[in-house]
Amino acid sequence: MIELVTRPHRSNLLRWAAKRSEVLVLGADLTASCEADGFRDQFPERFFSFGMAEQNMLGFAAGLAREGFFPYIHTFSVFITRRPFDQLAMSIAYPNLPVRLIGFLPGLTTPGGVTHQAIDDIALMRALPNMTVLEAGDATEVESMLDAAQAIEGPVYVRQLRGEVPRLFPSEQPLRFGRARLLGSGTDLAVISAGICTEEALSAVAALRSRGVATSHLHVSTLKPFDDPRLLEQIANARYGAITIENHSIIGGLGSALAEQLAEQGIGRRLIRLGLRDTYAHGASKPYLMREYGLDARALVHAAETLIDASLGIDDAVLAEHAAAVRGAAQRETLAKADKTEDL
Amino acid sequence: MNAQRPQPDPQAISAELSALTVQSVAAGIRRRVLEHTLRNNGGYLSQACSAAEILATLFLRVMQLGPSTAPLIPRPFAGVPSQNNPAALTGAGYNGPRAPDLDRFIFSPVHYALVLYALLIELGRLGPDALERFNTDGSTVELIGAEHSPGHEVTAGSLGQALSQAGGIALARRLRGESGRVWVFMSDGEFQEGQTWEAFAALAHHHIGNLGVYIDANAQQCDGAMADVMTIEPLADRLRAFGAEVHEVDGHDAEALAKPALARENTVIRERHDTAGQQDPTPAAIDRPLVVIARTDTCRGIDLLRERAPKLHYLRFKSPNEQDAYEDLLEHWQDLAS
Repeated sequence: MIELVTRPHRSNLLRWAAKRSEVLVLGADLTASCEADGFRDQFPERFFSFGMAEQNMLGFAAGLAREGFFPYIHTFSVFITRRPFDQLAMSIAYPNLPVRLIGFLPGLTTPGGVTHQAIDDIALMRALPNMTVLEAGDATEVESMLDAAQAIEGPVYVRQLRGEVPRLFPSEQPLRFGRARLLGSGTDLAVISAGICTEEALSAVAALRSRGVATSHLHVSTLKPFDDPRLLEQIANARYGAITIENHSIIGGLGSALAEQLAEQGIGRRLIRLGLRDTYAHGASKPYLMREYGLDARALVHAAETLIDASLGIDDAVLAEHAAAVRGAAQRETLAKADKTEDL
Repeated sequence: MNAQRPQPDPQAISAELSALTVQSVAAGIRRRVLEHTLRNNGGYLSQACSAAEILATLFLRVMQLGPSTAPLIPRPFAGVPSQNNPAALTGAGYNGPRAPDLDRFIFSPVHYALVLYALLIELGRLGPDALERFNTDGSTVELIGAEHSPGHEVTAGSLGQALSQAGGIALARRLRGESGRVWVFMSDGEFQEGQTWEAFAALAHHHIGNLGVYIDANAQQCDGAMADVMTIEPLADRLRAFGAEVHEVDGHDAEALAKPALARENTVIRERHDTAGQQDPTPAAIDRPLVVIARTDTCRGIDLLRERAPKLHYLRFKSPNEQDAYEDLLEHWQDLAS
């Protein structure tokens, strides 16, 4: 059974930034909501509040970065990538400044509805020259992000997770920049997952394998640059094709990045992209939304059946069994409660 | 690089520079921009008319800058900044070296780039032929300046973004305990952008007093008179309400322009003196941004321009007759100067 970690970013930021006097945290009225309150309370001289004014905050961050500081912006992803897009592009990305944009509530991880759900952030950030894009898929990756971001010369956008976060990968195996995690190999299908969809993919892939479908599974946490050759190798070896599953629009994210690579490298495999199909979502619980919009294990199994053109007889009960192997009932209850009570 | 000319004698230059006055530099700016506008059948002439004294005063009377560290002949464009391009450069060196006690100049309305280049030439920070490279392919002397352009430090062409960046620089300098200040030149049109007001709120909230803003309040913008497009008045009252120390002056009067900054400097020194050795818990009056609203005339020094009002943003000659009139003006100007 996997471990559930409470607020991994909060404690990691405190520990990691303690001795780095050049690291500053900038907040926009979502400090506790982005787990930066511990840092604010412990290092008030290195925390700067900018209120609900993201365009200006990004400009200040650019100025601080030009002077040798490392500003870590903490706010929701939508308020980093949509509202101040021009400021991000011109004040930060163009001059290739080391501003770290720690964005919370990616995709459907919030019941806050359409205004709070970042479903196009990867697409927007991938389109910016000089920008690096990282996404956390579990507690270990949440804890890896600060080291990973700090090692990069230019601006970095991090799709970060908060609250109760499962640990899918051993804590001694942190995120490796530019490298996907190979979670299993197989020559029938290749599943490529990112972010919170990886947990769904784990149970779906287990169910597929139980039906004799040899499935490879890779987890992606570096979305830009996007050049790990193992992704294409696994897909080239998968006779029925590949499925991507991501907590984002299918336009401009993981599925798009992979489709571009497949076409450029001339790899003729079918690709089904799971994610939000060119639609906005609305406010509801994460499990409900993931089912409603087809980002869950069931959607992945259906996609697999489409590719191999056969019914596998995997119903919700079968998937529940496999999901239980990943996460227990008590954890599900804790998570459901946390989802309802988190700060917005 | 091969085009590098022999450098003139530095002593001769400094003697020549010390003789410069705001008036003579401002007249030189107008003449150079007019000459350039004629040569190119187009230019941002009204910006030269309105801003000439402000920029000349900043460089001659207000800012503490070291000598230029950049070449007289502007370098060619060295590529956009990126991890793979260590050659990328900024034009900040024309405003002198970075040093803890020296000031920094942040140029916000980069549509005034031609005016800044003309100023740098008048000051001997840029070679007299630099404008030949203006708006030519592969040059850093761009039409709308970016951070690689002479005298520019940030990329501010999307207007209203430079003040926030300057605020970050000023905050960083305060964190490091530097005594040098940050001066921002802005246009009044930028006060239509919401970000400008976000920035003033943040400057006041964080008590950023090592930053000053000079505004060319020429009341003109691309579509015409600001009062018709979107009024920003009462600008001084609005800025005071946002926590700034505000002065409204005649933007063509060098004494009036310099006075608020010099007074602030004296206040800083006095306050430091008064509180030496003791902690003052209340923020000093100087712990807020200084703003000088320079009320200016977009046709100052070139009355011919008044015939174009209220569309003065960019001058392109409509007829040979009009061009001739401006040619005459330039010839007359040169007669006067010689």
